[in-house]
Amino acid sequence: MIELIDIYKIYKMGDTDVYALNGVNLKIEKNEFVAILGPSGSGKSTLMNIIGCLDTPTSGTYILDGNEVSKLSDNQLAEIRNRKIGFVFQQFNLIAQLTALENVELPLIYQGISASKRHRLAREALERVGLSDRLNHRPRQLSGGQQQRVAIARALVTNPPIILADEPTGNLDSKSGAEIMQIFKELHAQGNTIVLITHDNNIAAQAKRIVRISDGQIIEDRQVI
Amino acid sequence: MAQFILAFKMAIKSILSNKLRSFLTMLGVIIGIWAVIAVVGLAQGSTKSITDRLQQLGTNLIQINITGRGSNRNVTYEQLQSFVDQHQDDIEALAPTLSSSVTLKVGTQTHDTTMIGTTADYSVVRDVNVSSGRFILPIDVDKRQKVVLVGTYIVKKLFSGQNPVGQKIKINGQVFTIVGVLQERANSQEQSDDDQIIVPVTVAQRLTRNAIIRNFALKVTDPNKSDAVMQYLNDFLYKIYNDTTSYRVFNTAQLLDTLNTVTQTLTLMLAGIAAISLIVGGIGIMNIMLVSVTERTREIGIRKAIGAKRRNILVQFLIEASVVTGLGGIVGIVFGFLTTVILNRFKIMTAVFSLPWAVLALLISVGIGIVFGLFPASKASKLNPIEALRYE
Repeated sequence: MIELIDIYKIYKMGDTDVYALNGVNLKIEKNEFVAILGPSGSGKSTLMNIIGCLDTPTSGTYILDGNEVSKLSDNQLAEIRNRKIGFVFQQFNLIAQLTALENVELPLIYQGISASKRHRLAREALERVGLSDRLNHRPRQLSGGQQQRVAIARALVTNPPIILADEPTGNLDSKSGAEIMQIFKELHAQGNTIVLITHDNNIAAQAKRIVRISDGQIIEDRQVI
Repeated sequence: MAQFILAFKMAIKSILSNKLRSFLTMLGVIIGIWAVIAVVGLAQGSTKSITDRLQQLGTNLIQINITGRGSNRNVTYEQLQSFVDQHQDDIEALAPTLSSSVTLKVGTQTHDTTMIGTTADYSVVRDVNVSSGRFILPIDVDKRQKVVLVGTYIVKKLFSGQNPVGQKIKINGQVFTIVGVLQERANSQEQSDDDQIIVPVTVAQRLTRNAIIRNFALKVTDPNKSDAVMQYLNDFLYKIYNDTTSYRVFNTAQLLDTLNTVTQTLTLMLAGIAAISLIVGGIGIMNIMLVSVTERTREIGIRKAIGAKRRNILVQFLIEASVVTGLGGIVGIVFGFLTTVILNRFKIMTAVFSLPWAVLALLISVGIGIVFGLFPASKASKLNPIEALRYE
């Protein structure tokens, strides 16, 4: 599903090179539930950006769902993000002027799917996260937990091979956070591949596999029993 | 296409979510389009009223204007009259006209007006009739009778509307007898056709100390003969002058053509000046769009993260800009339309609402949105999604 081979990401800071990723090799199979765990500055955000096709590595090869994506153009990356990746962000990142349903429809709009099919798929996705009664609410009319569920529905709606969640519980109280983790577990049980990025050991412990990263390198990779 | 409609809906949403700002952004375009529509309406309105007056003169009128200076080589009224007599089948009548400004005096009241010296045929040539009294007779011309016909404005002003036939009036100090009142032609307004007097041409020559008559009007029997008559009039005059610059022969149709060219140029110039405010409006659009792009950096990041391509973002912002300016254009057209209606209703000026110009104005305002939205939209489309998502 995901294969990262010898990935480097180097930023220039004045005269010195900063190795945000320093030779990362990682393989994630279909229907895995992986937590990428590391403190801030460890390179986990850079790794997420590369896995999420928001950024390209300085060197190395990235194979996503059988396609080499490390050397693609901006527009090609946009297409890959649209079809292969469902993002869930710490800040929810919903568009304030749009209703829950419209937010969930957004990725389908960029795929050029017809309005009636869009409505149906978006409604189904919102049902899966338990928000079928909040379709026409705007983000600020929803609680944090509900907003994050809308964001998950948006990530699910295109049925992407990977759901990439960046600190999804970081802005939530513990009860809402637990609900969101429960949704991820259910999605995993339904066959989705989930990559969770976090700095929180307790959250990471709820995944099936933990990849620990520090100073741009993987220092631990273990299954959770 | 579906994406176009959605971008359109999004544009309406973001306009509505920021009503005051959208209105202020539109204001430049509103004022610009309003000015263009009003100016063009006024220009076309005044052209129309002048054109109407010219057309009243009739299409079978030909005018001769002698511009040459040489007095020893000149066409006289008698020469022209005998020429006209030879072409009685084509030419109905000829009238010399000698116009000048004069001062009228009745009792202690004075009034400056236009005096036309002419002959009895003037009434045929220019379709001028009297509402009371009589027109100039050939004997008045021959005997240099000091008789005068007055327009209705003069009757209104100097005789408080009373029939002045038989009364005396002083023209530049000389006493004349009023023999007739001209029929009303232009609502008895000042400086219109109703504010003039007519005297025998021979009297006018003396009064103005001007022996040479430079203007003649003649009426052809059939408008279709107009071109042919002009042709042999030109030939006749060329034989006298041996020079085409010393005289001009023209008819109303030509005059209308010239007038139209002049007013079109004038209209374009005025509209051009009004269009400057459209450019200013466009710069306002660009300014606000740049602010909006900055404010919505995060939204752009989200859209890019979930799969929007550069083109999608570009189209979205371009549509937003052109919807704002398009709406501004529509409001401007409505205001322009109301302006023409009000000007006409209260008879301030004649104004015409021009539909082709309104359509053009709408297209221009949408175009302004696209042109001035291009830079901000392109800036938005080039944002890096990672940085955009991190933007607070």
